[in-house]
Amino acid sequence: MDHAALQHLAQQQWWIPLFPLVAAAIQSLLPRGQRKLSAGLCIVAMGVSCVLALRALLATLGTGHHEVERVFFNFTWFHFGTTQLDMGLILDPLTAAMAAMVSFVGFWIFVNATGYMADDDNFTRFFCFLSLFAASMLGLVISNNLLLLFMCWELVGLCSYLLIGFWYFKPAAAAAMKKAFITTRIGDVGFFLGILMLYYKTGTLNMYTADGNGALQQAGALAHVAGWWGLSAASTIAFLLFIGAMGKSAQFPLHVWLPDAMEGPTPVSALIHAATMVAAGVFMVGRMYPLFTAEPGSWVMDFVMWIGCFTAVFSATIAVAQFDIKRVLAYSTCSQLGFMVMGLGAGSLVAGQFHLLTHAFFKALLFLGSGCVIIGTHHEQDMRKMGGLKKYMPITFWCYLIGMLALSGVPPFAGFFSKDEILLETFRRSKAAWGLATFAAFLTAFYMTRQMFMVFAGKWRGGDQDHGDGHDKHDDHGHGHHGGEPHEVPWNMWLPIAVLSVFAIGLGFFSHNYGLYLGVEGGEAAEGKAIVMGASLTVVALGLLFGWLIYGRKTMEHATDEDPLAAMGALFTFLNRKWYIDEFYEATVFRFTAVCAVFFRLFDKLVVDGILHAIAWVAWAISQMFRWLGDEFFINGGFDSGCETVRLGGKTLATLQSGRVQNYFRVLSLGAAILLLIYFFT
Amino acid sequence: MNIPLDHYLMLSAFLFAIGLCGALARKNAIIVLMGIEIMFNAGILNLIVFWHYRYFASVTAQMFAIFAISIAAAESAIGLALVIAVYRHYKSVTLDEMTSLKG
Repeated sequence: MDHAALQHLAQQQWWIPLFPLVAAAIQSLLPRGQRKLSAGLCIVAMGVSCVLALRALLATLGTGHHEVERVFFNFTWFHFGTTQLDMGLILDPLTAAMAAMVSFVGFWIFVNATGYMADDDNFTRFFCFLSLFAASMLGLVISNNLLLLFMCWELVGLCSYLLIGFWYFKPAAAAAMKKAFITTRIGDVGFFLGILMLYYKTGTLNMYTADGNGALQQAGALAHVAGWWGLSAASTIAFLLFIGAMGKSAQFPLHVWLPDAMEGPTPVSALIHAATMVAAGVFMVGRMYPLFTAEPGSWVMDFVMWIGCFTAVFSATIAVAQFDIKRVLAYSTCSQLGFMVMGLGAGSLVAGQFHLLTHAFFKALLFLGSGCVIIGTHHEQDMRKMGGLKKYMPITFWCYLIGMLALSGVPPFAGFFSKDEILLETFRRSKAAWGLATFAAFLTAFYMTRQMFMVFAGKWRGGDQDHGDGHDKHDDHGHGHHGGEPHEVPWNMWLPIAVLSVFAIGLGFFSHNYGLYLGVEGGEAAEGKAIVMGASLTVVALGLLFGWLIYGRKTMEHATDEDPLAAMGALFTFLNRKWYIDEFYEATVFRFTAVCAVFFRLFDKLVVDGILHAIAWVAWAISQMFRWLGDEFFINGGFDSGCETVRLGGKTLATLQSGRVQNYFRVLSLGAAILLLIYFFT
Repeated sequence: MNIPLDHYLMLSAFLFAIGLCGALARKNAIIVLMGIEIMFNAGILNLIVFWHYRYFASVTAQMFAIFAISIAAAESAIGLALVIAVYRHYKSVTLDEMTSLKG
């Protein structure tokens, strides 16, 4: 495809988010009963977006050049004074691959959601939010302008807030939605500062412009301008932007919102953890990558890498000790995002972005799979009360197995290739980070094996506790089945995970092509490749083995059985309570805020109010003086006598008002007659 | 048959005077209302006559006449309603007795 045609395509990029956006707008007006129409509209809109995104992807694939083909379309949004605000759309490999992934995965999540939400009263509201979510993410992906990107970024945050708290009547969900919103907002402060600084330094918010003065095109120049903290301006901006990404992509220490986001419906979890919300942060770092790499040897890249590395290990350890099926996946997402960020920090755009893509597929698969499990077991999320589901839900089992192997990084599956690439890049940059990350890979394999055995192997433990009352409770669900036995989910729920599992298998083989596609040559250097690959294969095998030894050899018999790892005692509790991070924040940040609040209240009461009261007293004293001197004596005195006169006059005239209506009329007629006479005789 | 304008105006003035007398001199509220109605109609007659003799091409005066008639109807309805309300209160429709609004 030639350049002009691509240019035209870039101009048409806005159609991609438009369809879900319009679908959301229409659905906000639909009555609640229109479930089929709502879901149909949403899925069709997403399908059209997906087709458009794939068309853009194919167009960029077919350029045949070695250098990256990047086309953009900028336009002026509005003027104020002499300043003008621009907007821009972009089409380059990064965007095209992301948009295709978001719309494709989103499409299948929507299909799955029709099954998961089938019994919910607010079905149309759910799909409205879901559509808006997808639209904002697609808008974020195609924007060539930081302002547009920031707006979509905030819209994504808003939608996640709405969706996490979709069941707002549950106190936990209401708390989680606030937590997600506020925590990401802390990161957004950094992001916004970064945008402001970028605008201040470059005078434009467009990333690429035709005249070569785009914000990212000036990254090289910015590396020679002084910024803050002894960094160059480029690195300072990159650091600030990364804080935003830390909030959005749930990096330590702003990761706390993500596991709580599990309170939302499961398709939302899939959407947040795979295609949209958390992807936004990593994508943004990838998009702004020229700023990160502009100044060689700045500590910002190391910071990025170590934050990612720590998050990867830290979340993986927590995932080991969780019992909620979705919580394990949530911490696994955190951990995998850590991998991506680490890859980016290690200096490889390709590795980070490719893992983002593959992870989106298999994590969406795993989340939708867990949604199937939850529906199949009648809204049970505790893995201890599952077990033996392989027999009841074969399709879900096989798809889940593929997702699990992909996540663990078993060779032919997608996760192996992308994770290996990250590990390789990290190995070149820092051996210590690589060692930690390899440990995280071991933990990943281990906790996924643990989950598989707990959920699918052994015997069904769900009937253990609620055998008596379980019957009535389950019948209320109205799934059209009886009793507490798990069952396979309908086709609209298993089809999406089946489709996604195809990609979880096959996508990994494109890792080399993806590198070429992004215009990054190399990656062929054999240095360390054998060590890294050997190490990661070993740890994955070890992880699977330990998982089998501890959880597979002897599966849990009863839901009340202790976890074998609980023998570790305090360490297990420590992990199970998530390193007490929430408690730590509770004790430090919250307590600090509370103390500040008390202090400021006292300050307000004593100092601010004191000053106000003093001013008020002085004013009062002055006014008292004037009152006695001027007011009482002169003004009131004069006024009083005036009033007395008016009162007397009124009293005299009041006698004229006799209340006899005909008297008035007579006077009126007399007056008219006199007027007539005057008229005639003058 | 060609009646000059003056005759009509005389008629109208005469009607107005009758109405005025009724409204001023009678004690019964209903009769007073009737007097007011007669004055109204004298005015309307003037409108129509002037239209006919001076502005025959225009329809404005007719519009005004119809407008005034409907207002007169509304006015008399309100007036009668008032008289009935007053009657319920005082058990009388004699205007001289209703002096509670005096200053």
